Amino acid sequence: MAETICRALRDGAFEGEHAPALTIKDTIDTPLGSFVFNHILTQLTSNILAGKSQARGVVLVALSRPPSFYAELLKNKGFDVSSSSKWLRVLDCYSDPLGWKNKLMERGTVRNPYEETLLKTSLCKNLKELDKVLSSIIELGKEIVEEGKGRFAVAIDSVSEILRHSSLPSIARILSHLHSHDQVSCIFCLLHVDLHEAKVAATLEYLSTMHADVEPIVQRTNGQRNTSEDLPMVEQSFKRGKFHVRFKRRNGRVRAMREELYVEGSGIKITEVSSEDGITAQSLVPKVQFNLDLSEKERLDRAKVVLPFEHQGTGKPIQIYDGRKSLNESENEEKQASVEKPQTTEDSGRGEIIYFRDSDDEMPDSDEDPDDDLDI
Amino acid sequence: MDNLCANLLEEAVGISKGGRVVVVEDCVQMSGAFVLHHFLKRSLYPDTSDAVIFIAFAHPFSHYERILRKMGCNLTVHRKNHRFVFLDMLTLECPDRNGKETRQDGLLALYGEIEKAVEIYSSLEGSRIITIMIDDISLIEVAANGSSNHVLDFLHYCYTLKAKYGCSFVTLNHEDIYSSANTLPLILQLEYLADVIIKAEPLATGLASDVHGQLSVLNKGSVCDLGGSSSKVRNFHFRVKENIVDYFYPGTQT
Repeated sequence: MAETICRALRDGAFEGEHAPALTIKDTIDTPLGSFVFNHILTQLTSNILAGKSQARGVVLVALSRPPSFYAELLKNKGFDVSSSSKWLRVLDCYSDPLGWKNKLMERGTVRNPYEETLLKTSLCKNLKELDKVLSSIIELGKEIVEEGKGRFAVAIDSVSEILRHSSLPSIARILSHLHSHDQVSCIFCLLHVDLHEAKVAATLEYLSTMHADVEPIVQRTNGQRNTSEDLPMVEQSFKRGKFHVRFKRRNGRVRAMREELYVEGSGIKITEVSSEDGITAQSLVPKVQFNLDLSEKERLDRAKVVLPFEHQGTGKPIQIYDGRKSLNESENEEKQASVEKPQTTEDSGRGEIIYFRDSDDEMPDSDEDPDDDLDI
Repeated sequence: MDNLCANLLEEAVGISKGGRVVVVEDCVQMSGAFVLHHFLKRSLYPDTSDAVIFIAFAHPFSHYERILRKMGCNLTVHRKNHRFVFLDMLTLECPDRNGKETRQDGLLALYGEIEKAVEIYSSLEGSRIITIMIDDISLIEVAANGSSNHVLDFLHYCYTLKAKYGCSFVTLNHEDIYSSANTLPLILQLEYLADVIIKAEPLATGLASDVHGQLSVLNKGSVCDLGGSSSKVRNFHFRVKENIVDYFYPGTQT
C-alpha cells in the first residue's frame, strides 16, 4: 500500500503522539529499496509543494548517494531544483564522512575536493559523532520552518552506512529522539538487512510504525548466493519484487498488505498482487514432454473409479479373497448378478474393475514357481 | 574473430560512459585477473585519451607490463604519456602498534595520492574518463590488518570521486575467502555499490580442455543515470589463450 504509506507520512504526527516512522528494508537478492526510497521522497515532496502535508520541508541525510544524485532525481521528476532551498536541506554525510578530504586539503595534497550542487547542503565531517549529526539535522529542519512553527520530515537514505561507524544503541537513541521531537512530522529510512545481524532489523522495527519489505518474487530455497543456474531468476529479481507492508496501529493491531513492485523507466510502479504470480511459478517448472498435471475430465474420471475391495465392509460381511468361492456363495452371486445387471448398465458412468477368473483349477497365488516341474 | 569475441564481454558490460563501478569476483579454481587485464587494455585504447590509475597490491609493474605487451598494449609508453599511473602498494603496511590511527593513515595517504592524480588528470585538456583499478580488495584488507571497515571507508572515499570527476572503477575480489563466514558484509556491501558484477567460475560440469570457465555478468543498468530498468544477466564460457581470451556462448564452440 504505497499510497497508504505516503498518506500516513503526509498526515504526519497527531497531537500528543510520536511522529510516524517508516523503515524500508531490502536484501541483495532484490536491491530495490533505494527505488522505493526515491519514490516516497518524490511523493512526499510533491505533497509538500502542494501544501497538503503537515511537514513544511524535508531534511535529507545523504549517506549512500551524493547530493548531486538527488538534485538530478528531483530535476527529472519535474521539481524546480533552483528554488529547493525553501523546502529541502541536505545533510551531506556522503562526501566526507571521516574528514579525510578536509585533512588532505589542510596538508595541501588536493585543492578543492568538494562537489558543488544546486541543492542547499551542509557538510558532515565526522559521522562518528552522532550527537552532532542529530543537532545539525534539527538545525537544518528549523531553518526550513520558521522558529516555533510547523514541522519537517527527516529522510535517511541508508541506516546501514551509519551502522558501520556507530553502535546500534546510539543509532536507536538518535532515531527515538527524532520520533519524539515536537517539530518532526515524519521519518523514513532505508536499511540493507543482510549487512547486519538480525537484531538490527528488529530494533529498527520496534522504533518504526510502518515497515516496507522488498522481497524477491521467488524465494530461494537453498539459501545460497547466486549461482549460474538461476540466472533468469536473478534478472527478474532486479526488475520486480514483492512489496510487503506492515502498519502498526495505535491499539496494537498490525495490518499487513502485499503488493508487487516493478522497476519502470526511472522509477517504480506498485500494483496489487496479480495472478501473474502463479504464472511465474508455473513457468518456472521445467518444460517436459509428458503431462505432470491432470485435466479436469481426467480428474473427475479418476474420482469415480471404485477400487477393488473398496465396497467390502459396507453392510456386508467382510470376505477375504482366497482365490475360490464357496458353493452357496456362487449360487447367491449368480442370482444377484441377474438382478443387478440392468442396474449397472444404467449408471455406466461409474467406473468399475471387472475381473473374470479363468477357472476354478487355477491355483491361488503362491510363491511356488509354476514351471517348477518342467524339464528343460 | 578478435573483435567478435571481445564483444561478448563488452556487450554484456555495456558501453562505458564513465562513472561506473565494476566488481570482478573470482575464486581459487578460476582466476579473474584476465578480466582486469581486458578492462586495462580497453581503457588504454589509442583512439581515446582515457587514463588509468592502477593500484596494485598483488603484483609488481613488470608483471602487468609483460601481460599487456602480449595483448598489444605497452604500459611503459602509456606511463610516459601520462595515461597510466601505477601505484605500487606491495609494501603498504599499516601496522597496528599505535592503535587505530596508523591503520587509517596508510589508507588515507593512498587515497590522497589517488585524488591528487585524478585532480591533475581531470584538469588537463580534453574530456577523458579516468578509470581506477584495484588489484585486489582482499589484499587491502590484509594491509589494513583484517579490518573490513577500514577497507569500506577507503572504498567509500574512492567512490566519492565518481560524483565529482565521473571516474569509473574496476576492482577485483575473491569470493570464496568470505564464504566460511555466515555473513559476508564486505562482499555484499561491494555488490550493493556496484553497477556491474562479473563472476568468474570454473565450469559447473567439471573440467574441459577447450573451455576454461564461465563468466556471469550482472549488469544492474546504471541507476545513477535514472534509467534503472535495463538490468540484464549474461552467462558465457571463455577460453584464456596466450594473448587473447575467447568468449562464447555455451555449446557454440566446436
